Amino acid sequence: MMVHYLYSDTGAFSDHHEHGAHSDAYSFSFEGDWAGLLLLLLCIGVYVAAALTTHRHHRSWPLHRYLSWTAGILCVMLSVAGPLARSSHQSFQNHMLVHLLLGMLAPILIAYAKPVTLLLRAMPVPSARKLSRVLKSKAVHMIVHPWVAAIWNIGGMWLLYMTDLFHLMHQYRLLYAVIHFHLFAAGYLFTISILYIDLTSRRHSFRNRAITLILAAAGHSILSKAIYAYPPVGVPREAAEQGGMLMYYGGGAVELVLMFALCAHWFKSVSPSPRSKKVLHRSGIS
Amino acid sequence: MKPNESASDHRKEREKYASRNLWTGILFGLGLVAFIDEVVFHQLLHWHHFYDKSTKDIGLVSDGLFHAFSWFATIASSFMLADLHRRHAFWLIKWLGGILLGGGVFQLYDGIIQHKLMRLHQIRYNVDIRPYDWVWNVIAALMIVAGLVLIFRTRHARTYTEGAES
Repeated sequence: MMVHYLYSDTGAFSDHHEHGAHSDAYSFSFEGDWAGLLLLLLCIGVYVAAALTTHRHHRSWPLHRYLSWTAGILCVMLSVAGPLARSSHQSFQNHMLVHLLLGMLAPILIAYAKPVTLLLRAMPVPSARKLSRVLKSKAVHMIVHPWVAAIWNIGGMWLLYMTDLFHLMHQYRLLYAVIHFHLFAAGYLFTISILYIDLTSRRHSFRNRAITLILAAAGHSILSKAIYAYPPVGVPREAAEQGGMLMYYGGGAVELVLMFALCAHWFKSVSPSPRSKKVLHRSGIS
Repeated sequence: MKPNESASDHRKEREKYASRNLWTGILFGLGLVAFIDEVVFHQLLHWHHFYDKSTKDIGLVSDGLFHAFSWFATIASSFMLADLHRRHAFWLIKWLGGILLGGGVFQLYDGIIQHKLMRLHQIRYNVDIRPYDWVWNVIAALMIVAGLVLIFRTRHARTYTEGAES
C-alpha cells in the first residue's frame, strides 16, 4: 500500500516511486516488513517465556501485563515497519501518527508491562544483582530524573521539527533510525520518570513530577501549534496544519492518561487508612 | 459518614482541611471553564479557531501552558475531592466558592489577556465582537465576586454553619 502525499517542493521526499525498489525509502521495505514481524514475535516470545517462568517460580504475573507488552511492541513495530511506517515518508500526518505511537503510546504500554521487574526476576541472581547495581548508579538516576527526561523528550522534538533535522532525516537512513530510536527512548524514559509503575530506585516527590509533566505537556502543545503556524522545512502548509492538530489532540489524549495515572498514584499514597498503604508498599507503587 | 461519627467531628475535619476544600474548588473551576471553552466554543460551535493568523508567539506559549495546566487541574482536583470525601472533610460551600473564583479568574484571563492582548483567537469571527467580549468578561467578573462572597462567608466554620447544618 502506497500513499502518494508528495512533498513536491523538495527533493528529499522523492516523487518517483511507482512500485518495487526505487527511492531510498522503499528499497528495504519488503525485507523490512519481514524483519519487523520476526522481531515483533521475538519480543513477545521472550517476554512471555520470562513471564511464565517467573509465574511458576515466584509470584503471579497478571494477564494485563502480557497484553500491555504485546500492544506496546505492536505500536513500535507499526511505527518502524509496514505500511504506516512507509507512508510516513510521504505523509506528514502519518509521520505524526508514527510519532504518537512510537514516542507516547508505546512507552506507556511498555512501562505498564514492567519489563525491568520481569528482567530482574528472570535473570540468574548474580547478574540480577549486577543489573540492580547499575540501575541504582548515579548515571541512571540522572537519566531518569524527571527534568532531564523531559528536556530530552521535548527538546529533541523541538530540534527535529524546528530545525533542518526533519528534512535531513529523510535523506540519511542512519539519521532516520537514530531519530526514531531517540523518539522511543526519550518517550520511555520520560514515562518512567513520571510514573513509578516499574521498579524505581530513586523517587521524586509528587509535586516535582506533576510540575514536570505539566511543563512537558505544555511544551508539546506549544510545539504542535508552532508546527501548525510555521511548517517544518519541506512540509506543505496544509499537511503541517493537519499534522500539528493531530499532535495537539493526540498528544493531549496520551498526556491525559499520564496525568490520570499520576494523580491516581497520589490518591493511593495519601490514603488515611494504613492498610492500603501496606498493600501499595508491597506492590512497589507508592 | 459513619453513624458513630458526630457532626462536630465532621466540622472539625473540614475546618482542618478548609484550604484544601478551597484549592480543590479553584483547580476544578479552572479546569471546568477550560473544558467548556474547548468543548463548546472550539468543538461544537466552531466559534474559536485553533490558531488564527494574528496570534502572537507569546499567545502560543500561554495557550500551551494553560491547556496543560487546566487538564491537570481537572484531574488532580477530582482526586482531591475524592480524598476529602474519604476523610469526611468535604465542605460544599467552600468548594463551590473555589470553583467560582478559579473559573472566573481563568475566564477573565482568557477574555482579556489571551483574546485581546495576545490575540490567541477571538470569541467569534465575522461579527461585531464587542458584545461577545462584554458578556464573556462580565460573566467572569460576576463569577469572581460570587466566589469571593462564598469564601468570605465560610471564614468561620462554626459560627456560620451552626444553623445551616442539617
